[in-house]
Amino acid sequence: MATDPHQMSDDLVLELPSDVRSIEHAVQYVIGRCPRCSEEARRLNLNLRVGLTEALSNAMLYGNHRDPSKRVLLEIAFLQECIEARVTDQGNGFDPASVPDPTTPENLMRPCGRGLFLMRKLMDEVKYNDLGNQVTLVLKLEAGGLEGGVQA
Amino acid sequence: MGFRVLQNGEVTLVEVEGQLIVGNRQELKQQVLDRLEKGDRKFVIDFANTGYIDSSGLGVLVSLSKKIREQGGELRLASLNEDLRTLFELTKLDTLFRIADTKDKALEGF
Repeated sequence: MATDPHQMSDDLVLELPSDVRSIEHAVQYVIGRCPRCSEEARRLNLNLRVGLTEALSNAMLYGNHRDPSKRVLLEIAFLQECIEARVTDQGNGFDPASVPDPTTPENLMRPCGRGLFLMRKLMDEVKYNDLGNQVTLVLKLEAGGLEGGVQA
Repeated sequence: MGFRVLQNGEVTLVEVEGQLIVGNRQELKQQVLDRLEKGDRKFVIDFANTGYIDSSGLGVLVSLSKKIREQGGELRLASLNEDLRTLFELTKLDTLFRIADTKDKALEGF
């Protein structure tokens, strides 16, 4: 898989098949490798789990369209003040601004469209590249006394 | 990770073990739809032993609720832990479902 010119100082790099069954193990592996997991338990178990799971799911389902020949790259940097995760698929990208708010009354009964919304709610930063096939998630650690995390 | 389907009087009770995620949501959907097809109308899904529900899992619950309502039935949810309840509140799905603290409370008066 081609690397991005914007380098991350990765502590962990996983290349995953476009198989949603691999998501749970990959996310659990990342959370288990976090050096400060005991201090940040809830922010990892809820916020980071949701962020990673939804980003990987979107990459496999909508980016790579489950194509077994395509891979998803997951890069993680455990920094002093935050965890940065980047997920890259081999699809054609999409416009994240085109995804409607799933909480409005007209969208509440729709079965899809909540993944990106949850990522934005539970991570401190969600940034897409111009093509839309790579998302970078940032979860700040020890952020402003947010004991339970939740609202990033 | 799996599902257990039980009958409690008129109510079909589904227990979700582990997670409800993109990898197993179709299995839950099919099990509930099979019961709906056979005439069951009252459903409780119990999450007492569920650690995580992703957006696909939430979507399946929305889809099932809609189908059950269309048949004149009701889907109730029970035993969401604090994290799961947070996901329902963030997505405002707590306004769509009747959510009980326990399975027994969900079954009361159903």
